[in-house]
Amino acid sequence: MTLKARVIPCLDVKDGRVVKGVNFLDLVDAGDPVEAAKAYDLAGADELCFLDITASSDNRETIFDVVARTADHCFMPLTVGGGVRAVADIRKLLLAGADKVSINSAAVNNPDFVAEAADKFGNQCIVVSIDAKKVSAAGEANRWEIFTHGGRTPTGIDAVEFAQRMVERGAGELLVTSMDRDGTKVGYDLDLTRAIADSVRVPVIASGGVGDLDDLVAGVTQGHATAVLAASIFHFGTYTVGEAKRYMADHGIAMRLD
Amino acid sequence: MRVAIIDYGSGNLRSATKAFERAAREAGIEAAIELTDRPDVVATADRVVLPGVGAYADCRAGLKAVSGMNEALVEAVETKARPFLGICVGMQLMSSRGLEKTTTEGLGWIKGDVVEMTPSDPGLKIPQIGWNTLELNSPHPLFDGIPTGPDGLHAYFVHSYHLAATNPAEVIATTEYGGAMTAFVGRDNMVGSQFHPEKSQKLGLALISNFLRWKP
Repeated sequence: MTLKARVIPCLDVKDGRVVKGVNFLDLVDAGDPVEAAKAYDLAGADELCFLDITASSDNRETIFDVVARTADHCFMPLTVGGGVRAVADIRKLLLAGADKVSINSAAVNNPDFVAEAADKFGNQCIVVSIDAKKVSAAGEANRWEIFTHGGRTPTGIDAVEFAQRMVERGAGELLVTSMDRDGTKVGYDLDLTRAIADSVRVPVIASGGVGDLDDLVAGVTQGHATAVLAASIFHFGTYTVGEAKRYMADHGIAMRLD
Repeated sequence: MRVAIIDYGSGNLRSATKAFERAAREAGIEAAIELTDRPDVVATADRVVLPGVGAYADCRAGLKAVSGMNEALVEAVETKARPFLGICVGMQLMSSRGLEKTTTEGLGWIKGDVVEMTPSDPGLKIPQIGWNTLELNSPHPLFDGIPTGPDGLHAYFVHSYHLAATNPAEVIATTEYGGAMTAFVGRDNMVGSQFHPEKSQKLGLALISNFLRWKP
């Protein structure tokens, strides 16, 4: 009788196709995001995240079709991010069937955009996605900085202060990704996740670096996240979403196992 | 049967429409689900659904901005006593007043104010986002066949405010979040759900089917 921790598979979508494919089931088309979404829905995912990494503006429209077709089949919460820069982008995603949108570089470049979006659509559907890297030297107090452009460009902005500012502007949730850990499979940066989660009122989603199920457990118990996001461990079939949720439940975390 | 889902520029209406179509199909109920901003369609519908996300005042203003919609809603629900379901802020609008940002008058169907949640445990996050179970205070046809309680099915919530109803008999179900928060209200032909049935998978589709079958 309590709010359950969430497990969120994240799919990178480019030009309307899943990047690298999803290889854990005999899908008719492993590159179709809608097929993958349906499979995760059946597997008991608590929420689904699409990250649109389409580079060409010509193909920016493809994500709306993906979201709409997903919403036709999956009656679960859907967060969509990538290239969200204007109120019109958000409206289109919500109308297509997204429940929440995540704002990344636009939040760094123009914090007022977050306030504008939250005012228009409500805090509950505005997720600010924070990409951070540790910049403190060994022996120094931990300090993380916001990086943009896939972790290549430093901004000089302190990650914890930025998180607090975003919540003041109206972010209803924060997606915190360690750019040091992303893709490494050595686990979340738990210090980063906890530093942000403990300093804001809104829920925090841990992201970046999951290698095994203990990492998911630690994201909640040590990182103080209320949701854990992972990509490759699910896409490559290393673990199923069901296994992950049962494992977390076995380790004392309240989970939805309907 | 004609089911009108009111489109007043708020929320994730595609999901709601699709969920109603699917629930009707699975339950073998012949229903035309109409997403509409036309007051005449609402006034003559057999069932009416009011979705809504965002802030209370904005949704109230949005509803009033559609010429004739408020009157059509009152005609269908109050005069003709058609079954009505409010979802999320659509449910909150059933209250006397909303106290989010500013004080806004609601539809006045369920006496009470929509107030910010203040969980007893300060560690609990606001908004409440995610899956929680329900405590049923009194049996209601909309929960027929749906397991509730700590081992029951889960519902998907996204909210910072809840409806503090004056009459406890009108609170059909609560959810535990540092105290009992209002999850489902109802009286006569009107019900309202703080959680999102259209996003609550098994529980949600079952509840929508029950709404389509409901004969208050």
